[in-house]
Amino acid sequence: MKVLKTAAYVLALPVLLVLAWWVSTLGTVNFFVPTPAALVNKFGEVWFGPRFFSDVLPSIARLLIGVVAAIVIGVVGGVLIGSVKWLRALLEPTLEFFRAIPPPVLVPVLILLMGITDSMKIAVIISGCVWPVLLNTIEGVRAVDGVLSDSAHTYGIDGWARVRYLVLPSASPQILAGVRQSLSLGLILMVISEMFASSSGLGFTIVQFQRSFAIPEMWSGIVVLGLLGVAMSFIFQWAERNILRWYHGQKEVENAA
Amino acid sequence: MSSDAVASGGSAPGGGRSRRSGHKLPVKQLLGVVGIIGFLGTWELIPRLGIVDERYLPPASEVIAALALDFGLAAFWVSVGETMKAWFLGLAIAVALAVLLGFIIGSSSFLRKATNSTVEFLRPIPSVALIPLAVLLFGVKIESSLMLITYAAFWQVLIQVLYGVADVDMVANNTAKTYGLGWMARIRYVVFPTALPYLMTGVRLAATVALVLAITAELVIGSPGLGREIALAQSGGAISGMYALVLATGLIGVLINVLMRFIEKKTLSWHSSVRSEVIV
Repeated sequence: MKVLKTAAYVLALPVLLVLAWWVSTLGTVNFFVPTPAALVNKFGEVWFGPRFFSDVLPSIARLLIGVVAAIVIGVVGGVLIGSVKWLRALLEPTLEFFRAIPPPVLVPVLILLMGITDSMKIAVIISGCVWPVLLNTIEGVRAVDGVLSDSAHTYGIDGWARVRYLVLPSASPQILAGVRQSLSLGLILMVISEMFASSSGLGFTIVQFQRSFAIPEMWSGIVVLGLLGVAMSFIFQWAERNILRWYHGQKEVENAA
Repeated sequence: MSSDAVASGGSAPGGGRSRRSGHKLPVKQLLGVVGIIGFLGTWELIPRLGIVDERYLPPASEVIAALALDFGLAAFWVSVGETMKAWFLGLAIAVALAVLLGFIIGSSSFLRKATNSTVEFLRPIPSVALIPLAVLLFGVKIESSLMLITYAAFWQVLIQVLYGVADVDMVANNTAKTYGLGWMARIRYVVFPTALPYLMTGVRLAATVALVLAITAELVIGSPGLGREIALAQSGGAISGMYALVLATGLIGVLINVLMRFIEKKTLSWHSSVRSEVIV
């Protein structure tokens, strides 16, 4: 019974919305809005053919490489800058400025510097995604519990062991908050870099459909991007739950007390 | 330096962020300025020494001169105005919608449970996916920008408002009920004050996102504003001009951050938990 109730809550509104969409397209021919059936048809036809290998997979690969590189650079740089006081004071205003630049303006800049290549697109993703991770890591490293830090020092825990067992775990909630921001940013930048200047990839294909007024195909592309966003969000939530299990447990104890 | 260390170390267990604790040493600001000067110096040297071709990366001095030139041009301020108009309108629509829906959905546990799956599904959809649709519906007018900005900013605010409304103290709410406060009065005096800090966090995040999307729409779609000027400068070969505009967008970003923090501080000055904001 309980399972049924939960399922009803999860499914009721989406089903209603799709029904409303289906009813509203019934009988009329709206140029801008395809019927659900036409969309599903096109979806399979367009995206599960050769396009899957020529456009979808390369886009996802660039996104993954860019985001992973940004996370690695952000965490390593953040731990470094966060642990050295004068370095932090020296760099923080400059970094805050870089974070404030809307990342999409880097697309024309990087096209100029690197040409229209795959590495340009990856560089766009890295240069946009690195700031939330970097600045959050700095903040997280800075806020390491003073007592824990002193205890670790007293026990002679230094160098790599200190980073591995003290700094990274205590900064991880903040780091992951930054990673979440950069994931959605990365998806946006992947699409923009392909829309702005490219001859392949998801963003390019969708704009191409729109320019040739292939409306159901265009909608199916929007659905693909949406599904990609949703998939990334679910993977992130799963990873966060596993990495931060101790943290959520601790919070619960603190809140209960 | 050492007093700063003691302050931050001592308050960390409480989860407080004591960076803005008042007595900061000028050494820190000084180092920050040195950092900025160092960055500009490096930028100046890279093209001058020929590490990167001057045609693709002009020296800092040239770009700053171009930016100073822009500041004197009416056309530049018109573009800034267009961008800010789209930013403000989009943000305002998003906040209004999100607050309205957030309070309605948040105050009923049935609605909260029923909409949860839909919200979680629609929220991660990247707003740039809507670019082709916006072009199709509105062309290169400001409505295209507004559609993207509103979509992106809406979810940021909605989620925070939902958290905020869910955070209402049951005892306070029941007390208000016992004293005969009506539905509207409870929203005004119990729910709204509880949700306000969350709302302000949401608005601050949404303000940043809205600027990103405003610039994106102008850059990719070509609706009027700074983003379009950047694209035009790039394709027209006005390279220092393009870098100057990029710097200008960064300055706008910094200004928006400062403004939002200021508004947040002003509206929440009465609130005890101003410093323990939710990190999203």
